[in-house]
Amino acid sequence: MTIEAPRRPVRTPAPQVGRSMRRVDAGEKLRGEARFVGDMQVPAMLHGKVLRSPAAHARVVSVDVSAALAMPGVVTVLTGEDLLDIDPYWGHAIQDRPIVAIDRVRFAGEPVAAVAAEDEATAEAAVAAIVVEYEDLPIAGTIEEALAPDAPLVHDGPLRPGLFHGLGTLPERDGNVCYRYGFERGEVDALFADAAIVVEGDYEFPGVYQYAMETHSVIAQWDTDGVTMWATCQHPFLVRAEIAALFDLPLGKVRIVVPYLGGGFGSKSYTKMEPITVALARKAGRPVRIVNRVSESMVTTRRHGARIHMRTAADAEGRLLARDTTISFDTGAYADNGPRVTATGGDAAPGPYRWSGVRVDALCVYTNTAPSGSYRAFGASHVQWVGEMQVDEVAQRAGIDAVEVRRRNLLRPGEQVRPGGKPLDADLIGDIEKVAAALGWDDPRGPDIGRGLSVGLLAAGAHPVSSAVVRLEADGEAIVLVGSTEMGQGQRTAFAQIAAEVLGMDAERVRCMGTDTRFTPYDRSTGASRSTTLAGLAVQRAAQEVRDDLLAIAARIWPDQEHEIVLAEGAAWCGDERRTYPELIAKRFGLSGGQLIGEGGVHPEGTGSYAEGPVFWEVCIGAAEVRVDRATGAVKVTRTATVADVGRAINPQLVERQDEGATMQGIGNALFEEMVFEQGLLVNDDLLEYRIPNTQDLPERSTCVIVENGDGPGPFGAKGCGEGAFAGIIAALATAVADAGVPMHALPLTPERVWRRIQELEKESA
Amino acid sequence: MELSAVVNGRPTRLGIEPQELLLDVLRDRLGLTGAKRSCDVQVCGACTVLVDGAPVSACTTLAADVAGREVLTIEGLRQTDAWPAIEDAFERHAAVQCGFCTPGMALTIHALVADGDMTDARAVQRCLSGNLCRCTGYRGILEAAAEIAGVATEPGPVHGG
Repeated sequence: MTIEAPRRPVRTPAPQVGRSMRRVDAGEKLRGEARFVGDMQVPAMLHGKVLRSPAAHARVVSVDVSAALAMPGVVTVLTGEDLLDIDPYWGHAIQDRPIVAIDRVRFAGEPVAAVAAEDEATAEAAVAAIVVEYEDLPIAGTIEEALAPDAPLVHDGPLRPGLFHGLGTLPERDGNVCYRYGFERGEVDALFADAAIVVEGDYEFPGVYQYAMETHSVIAQWDTDGVTMWATCQHPFLVRAEIAALFDLPLGKVRIVVPYLGGGFGSKSYTKMEPITVALARKAGRPVRIVNRVSESMVTTRRHGARIHMRTAADAEGRLLARDTTISFDTGAYADNGPRVTATGGDAAPGPYRWSGVRVDALCVYTNTAPSGSYRAFGASHVQWVGEMQVDEVAQRAGIDAVEVRRRNLLRPGEQVRPGGKPLDADLIGDIEKVAAALGWDDPRGPDIGRGLSVGLLAAGAHPVSSAVVRLEADGEAIVLVGSTEMGQGQRTAFAQIAAEVLGMDAERVRCMGTDTRFTPYDRSTGASRSTTLAGLAVQRAAQEVRDDLLAIAARIWPDQEHEIVLAEGAAWCGDERRTYPELIAKRFGLSGGQLIGEGGVHPEGTGSYAEGPVFWEVCIGAAEVRVDRATGAVKVTRTATVADVGRAINPQLVERQDEGATMQGIGNALFEEMVFEQGLLVNDDLLEYRIPNTQDLPERSTCVIVENGDGPGPFGAKGCGEGAFAGIIAALATAVADAGVPMHALPLTPERVWRRIQELEKESA
Repeated sequence: MELSAVVNGRPTRLGIEPQELLLDVLRDRLGLTGAKRSCDVQVCGACTVLVDGAPVSACTTLAADVAGREVLTIEGLRQTDAWPAIEDAFERHAAVQCGFCTPGMALTIHALVADGDMTDARAVQRCLSGNLCRCTGYRGILEAAAEIAGVATEPGPVHGG
């Protein structure tokens, strides 16, 4: 007999990516120890309150602050006259918005003045003591009014592009249209003229409030060191640049610290309450904190309302031929992120189908209402439900099933989505089959039950610039510095897992900090489902540098066995011999102490233009089953299903939670959330009259299927998630209600609106 | 006026204005910032604290009205024997996202479990309908609450796919 030499054990690192580890920040948040901006105080801090315009459009004749200034405890009052030494207009897309009203107010809720006082109650009383004389101007309160030939102009000066519109060259303003995006391919009109099936209609999407439970909050301090802010910023580096430009400071003298955010969903993207807080602190000579109330945050930013005209042409077999879409987005009195929302909505309009001809004309329209910006899955949420209702109608008229019509027409991986842009990077047919199966598409159905599904694409990733630093400390713990903001998604947990996977250690031993622009490396923004994909890739690359370093040190210990060295369990292994990371670091530095530092970055491979993008196409997929009560118009959601096509799930449980959250927000947006403006005034400006989903609104059954095809550009083949399901569920609910016999042309699907439509349809068929 | 109450087990006296809200007194005077301000109209539940064991919205409760009563905030609850089970359930079910609603959720669950109100999954769902969460979609929170209450999650939402 022969005796084999015992094989040397080979260590395999415990997988860190792909496991549902507990969130690293859960305990701190649950215990109430996590600090939000509104929980923080700095020495000598004052409290700020904002006087907001009651008029939707008016000339400001005079502002008398004398009574307010005379009140005990009032330190200062800021008005437009305090801004004469700077160019006081800001706006990352269009520089159209004064820090406080200069000579005119353009929406009800616009800041006219601000008070800094020793306590909040005094500041509030002082705001009430300011006397403003307004002279009303004609109002463009809706998209229709703003696009009318003789419409009052919300803005009349030349358009000034902001620092971060990211849309190439912005055209001049045309009346109240501040941006226009469109494209045309193929012989669209000829295709419509010859088509066997044409579906056409007008549709309406309401203005919606993101309702991050934490309102916009800022502490600003102005001293010889520059400006320091503790702020609810999703994009601290972009805000830093905008504040530096506004107040003519070098970037290095503007510091933004971002603790935890109490939700964002886009409402805290770009600049919001920072300029007015900084201006107030500058005048007061002391730090100032402004914490919005909900009614104020509702008019700080919101989701665009939209009017959509769409027509879809198909042949008799249900093969899609052409689509023609006109969309008008109500961006309110200031552009905020309207231009980008408009472009993204335009890109989403055709849907992920193979067209012979397609035309899109998307307009971003100023009105005298509260400004509109980003909200989760913007653009796609506005338009996908319309396109998918039309696809279903094509299927119905061609006599085929909703799944089958999509199987015949959906783009396949590698096919062009738009000319010059990223080709399709997902298996949509596989996804739609999975979502249908998860919903129980073919299950027998009872009376008044409708089922719908939808698929779309969202240009995700924003601009691909992220960076990160990973430090391995002398005790073997790692620290990740990355400028992505934690607002609920769980990215600190994901980054810990990514770094730990590369470093061969437990993710529980990796700490990820909040952003402080003075110390944290640059990250473009937190939004557009980009953090795991782009900031995560930067973290992976930074960790790789540390890994290379660890291997280099270990190779000096086992010089002839370099290729056998494995990093696992926080140590380098050569066979069964090991050196822990603290031992390796001590070997590098010759004493205890020191740290290994890795840097990683992501930057555009081409010019980084919008047309070249996106970073990836986020799949917007959902399915829903509803029961429509024909007597009352009430819609009950019985089942939902989503597919999280994430390439690779870094933490599967957190991926599911993203889809569940998006599903609930989708139910709210589709069924009952709507900001009601009358003559430009928001009439439902609190949570008594603006309802968001609660536990009673949960579907009876909801399922999230995670698809991992490794086809993402992020770490380990990952791509982002969290937005797609939102657009997918809104559209699935609309198509499900249509399937129940009530095709709707306006959201939300409130009982009254559905009931009226039922009466209308019954009258038509009678 | 002077307010005398027991806050997190500790007898507390302080001078307040008659119109001051409990939420402001807790956050600004006592540094108990675990109770959050959000809706201001007793809808969202982020400011939930327990007064004599019952959940109340501190945003619409006068501080003067808790005179002589016991107030428990998250800072107090986390010191109790009930805490480890709450923390474990919330963490394991990933019931925490941004964390703004979370302390209020934990206090509501603690109070209503103690009252015996959470008898089955439907009751859990009903009991938590006064605490809004914009991030999670509620499923993890309901699973955690059911576990703390010792009831099955069925026939609630089905998990997984």
